[in-house]
Amino acid sequence: MSEKLVNRSMMAALILLPWLAHWLDEPYYVSLATRVAILALAGVGLNLALGLGGMISFGHAAFFGLGGYVTGILASHALNYEPLFSGFIDIPGTTQMLIIWPLAMFIAAIAAVFIGLLSLRTSGVYFIMITLAFAQMIYYFSISWPTYGGEDGLPIYIRNGFPGLNTLQPIQFFMICCTLLLITLWGVSRLKNSRFGNALQALRQNETRVAAIGISPLGIKLTAFVISATITALAGSLFADLNRFVSPTMFSWHTSGEIMIFVILGGLGRLYGPLAGASLFILCEALLGGWTEYWQFFLGLLLLGVVLFARGGLIGLLSGEPKNA
Amino acid sequence: MDVILFLEQCLNGLQLGIMLFLMAAGLTLIFGVMGLINLAHGSLYMIGAFACAAVATWSGSFALGLLASLVCAAAAGALIEVGVMRRLYQRDHLDQVLATFALILMCSEAMRWLFGSFPLYLDVPEVFYGAIDLFGVLQYSRYRLFIIVLGLLTAVGIYLLISKTRVGMRIRAGAADRQMTAALGINISLLFTLVFALGAALAGFAGALVGSIQSVEVGMGEPVLILAFVVVVIGGIGSIRGALIGALIVGMVDTLGRGYLPQLLQLVLDPAVANTLGAALASIAIYLLMILILIFKPQGLFPAHG
Repeated sequence: MSEKLVNRSMMAALILLPWLAHWLDEPYYVSLATRVAILALAGVGLNLALGLGGMISFGHAAFFGLGGYVTGILASHALNYEPLFSGFIDIPGTTQMLIIWPLAMFIAAIAAVFIGLLSLRTSGVYFIMITLAFAQMIYYFSISWPTYGGEDGLPIYIRNGFPGLNTLQPIQFFMICCTLLLITLWGVSRLKNSRFGNALQALRQNETRVAAIGISPLGIKLTAFVISATITALAGSLFADLNRFVSPTMFSWHTSGEIMIFVILGGLGRLYGPLAGASLFILCEALLGGWTEYWQFFLGLLLLGVVLFARGGLIGLLSGEPKNA
Repeated sequence: MDVILFLEQCLNGLQLGIMLFLMAAGLTLIFGVMGLINLAHGSLYMIGAFACAAVATWSGSFALGLLASLVCAAAAGALIEVGVMRRLYQRDHLDQVLATFALILMCSEAMRWLFGSFPLYLDVPEVFYGAIDLFGVLQYSRYRLFIIVLGLLTAVGIYLLISKTRVGMRIRAGAADRQMTAALGINISLLFTLVFALGAALAGFAGALVGSIQSVEVGMGEPVLILAFVVVVIGGIGSIRGALIGALIVGMVDTLGRGYLPQLLQLVLDPAVANTLGAALASIAIYLLMILILIFKPQGLFPAHG
């Protein structure tokens, strides 16, 4: 199978299977597919920085969590009828996804500019560690700051709304997530083949040469980092709505590690890699988790196997193209 | 400010710093010599604590438990090095991060499977119960003092091992130039296994010592691991001296920050706000410190190579 065929069949399965589950009246499987779509979206975000730009960010949980918390905070203010800011004019919270998403992405983008500017001064291990440190900082801050639930997290009593749709119905919420994933995948594929995307990939391979041609590395890397963060934040916002709950766990370094796992299991730098990885992850969780309580042991084993022996990831295995072009 | 309380906080900071040094020494050696990021170091810490708790409960001897923590962690370390790490030395950092992340998942689940999800409690010998009178000015926990002394002795031991013995010379040579050292006829893969086992033993030992203050449970290694990484990065990756100084700085800043930041903020802010803000700031103080240091010295305080 060529990589294109693998990608298309995966996408078809993601769109069709939930409808089958919906038709068979199995909402559990619809929500599993929704999780796949959301986690894949988070992975697509990280893949842009990690796979294309070679920036090993071990702190993308920061953006995932920020997206979630923006959603949770806005919704809780709206549902409790407390203004977000009171002063000259009162600014209320909101339960409209169309307002929440851009705000979540905007906040994450600001955080990413700040984190990126400081982190991109370093490279190698130091970059991994400083991105981890930023995420940990936000994690501990969210635990010890009691206003929005602290360690207990913050419930979202009613899933936020989307004009014309009933988001509480699993299949409708799934379609929202799936559509966003498709749009993002399309956008990232356009970006990958643009001048910007080429420069970014060239930077991963040889920074000095790119600088010699006259392209400033920092600008390109920072832009990619910020776009990557906003995509992950959008996924975080959807994830909060899916669970109707946000907690500091979204910021934890395990979350960063898991987002990285989606990217790697599927195949680093491949457009549909995160989708394959997230599907495999959720499948493992659902199948192994039903069979044994200790399913993460086998997830670890699988990940170890992929890292040691199958560097092209799942898509590399299926398409018989082990090396990433 | 209460001077006695301050001294006590300083000793607590010292104790945390020494424990972090035991973790960080292994991490920084493994990175310096083999160029490997080992996230699974926290799992070795956990394995040491579990081994100590299991053996101490079974035999009734704490000393035997400590010995078991050293042996088990070293054995687990050697096993991991031979089984997995060897394949990773030539890989990039991303592969190392992922493979060792996978090891964390596997170790944690294996421990949960062996010992269950409930925390184990580790009792210290009666000699260490209660407090000891230090110079007639302050009462300090005997066990914590014991940890500080034992940790300091271990730190001196590592220093002597690295700087005065033949093995230490080989380790330093390996860190400076791997290929040249191998060309001189030194069995480099044996040396790597040795360094890894040594780092693992230190981590396991730290886990056993701290396990008696806190509880022994799955996942106990992860917060410590991240602190140890902060230490290593602050100190300069690969530098033992940097690890020692970084560990002491982090231990002090963290302990004193938690103790005094809320009070300091009360001088300028409303008490309720000062308390929450102080607690929140104290919990992120060391990360702020690390970020500041990396901005001004991107290679850490004591860069190992040049």
